[in-house]
Amino acid sequence: MAQTGTDRVKRGMAEMQKGGVIMDVVNAEQAKIAEEAGAVAVMALERVPADIRAAGGVARMADPTIVEEVMNAVSIPVMAKARIGHITEARVLEAMGVDYIDESEVLTPADDQFHINKSDYTVPFVCGCRNLGEAARRIGEGASMLRTKGEPGTGNIVEAVRHLRLVNAQVRKVVGMSEDELMTEAKELGAPYEILLQIKKEGRLPVVNFAAGGVATPADAALMMQLGADGVFVGSGIFKSENPAKFARSIVEATTHYEDYKLIAELSKGLGTAMKGIEMSTLEPSQLMQERSF
Amino acid sequence: MMTVKIGVLGLQGAFREHAKALEATDTEISIVKRVHELDGLDGLVIPGGESTTMRRLMDKYELFEAIKDFAKDKPVFGTCAGLILMAKKIDGQKGPHLGLMDINVKRNAFGRQVDSFEAELHIKGVADNFAGVFIRAPYITEVGEEVEVLATYDNKIVAAQQGHFLTAAFHPELTDDNRFHQHFVEMVKGRVFV
Repeated sequence: MAQTGTDRVKRGMAEMQKGGVIMDVVNAEQAKIAEEAGAVAVMALERVPADIRAAGGVARMADPTIVEEVMNAVSIPVMAKARIGHITEARVLEAMGVDYIDESEVLTPADDQFHINKSDYTVPFVCGCRNLGEAARRIGEGASMLRTKGEPGTGNIVEAVRHLRLVNAQVRKVVGMSEDELMTEAKELGAPYEILLQIKKEGRLPVVNFAAGGVATPADAALMMQLGADGVFVGSGIFKSENPAKFARSIVEATTHYEDYKLIAELSKGLGTAMKGIEMSTLEPSQLMQERSF
Repeated sequence: MMTVKIGVLGLQGAFREHAKALEATDTEISIVKRVHELDGLDGLVIPGGESTTMRRLMDKYELFEAIKDFAKDKPVFGTCAGLILMAKKIDGQKGPHLGLMDINVKRNAFGRQVDSFEAELHIKGVADNFAGVFIRAPYITEVGEEVEVLATYDNKIVAAQQGHFLTAAFHPELTDDNRFHQHFVEMVKGRVFV
């Protein structure tokens, strides 16, 4: 008999996205630009992170009309964001048939203590992480894909680099540890022991890990691939740039050919202005989206 | 020892999983991102991923014609997106991609991701208990006379072979079972060493 919602089909869906670029879009027109540029999926939103940051207030799940409009416009998978801990937003998105839910710190958390128990759902989830503790807790809750958080809507790659380097360094440490040291490591990281044991045995995270939060240029995307990301999310970087279609195509190509520097030089020529970035030190601690999770 | 060289198209998708599945079958494996990397290969695997993304990257880096050329006398194995890229006709779409196999295919035919599933399959000449992992999978709606149907699920064609072309709507590369890959390796060997 056929079984839906198994770990293998949920995690496998993310495996199919590897080496690709997932782009934030706010309407059908942007979704089509993303698909034509070679995006492997789109994230349907009401506002891109840079605009969420600028608008302030409470950021919630997008209007279902927008999500539906995007689902009808493209044949590639459509993802959508639910607030951290907002079980109902997640169930609504699942009922609408979105292909992946991002339980995302870009939106204002609905629960300040608990994330969604993602194992309960047929639809797969992606979650953000800054370190292996967060990554392993999210996997423990049933996330089928991870993305290092970076700092969304800043166009500044520095946090994305920090988070990806840290997660990968901590994975390497766990893999190199003796099994009898793992329980203390689990305690220190705040990570489920079983997940660390699995990482040690397999030599890698058990789910795909993309990079997110600050990718603004083809070189940024290639950098994240070089540092070991399985793919990249680009939020504000494409549709806040001067020439979205060209930016989107170049970022897709730079992600595939991330070690071909002559090509990345070509791809970076005459792109026009990238999104205006934000220097991290100008943000108040309360403005950091990456701090939102437990 | 007779070893064949098999390339896995590495533009996007689950190409490392295919390489891993092939590692267990006594073959030399390489990842293909550029035209010159097809040189010296005896067979090619087109992995699962997003067919629109792969097609765009094939066009951009002149791989499209090169793969069609390669496929004239070398075996090709496509899974999921690879199946879509190999089909002569795609439902609701103007033209095909590589158009290697005489099959009509319907994209996302089993539904969206929430409908993705696992089911046991009988694959003719390969296995009678193969774990089929279907992810936003296509299926084949029609086949030409020269096409042999290898597996069906729910009366839908999900695996087929036509001469030196092999295709599956599911993902053998996501399982630890490499019998389907072994079947492809035998096809490649059959062409190289006969």
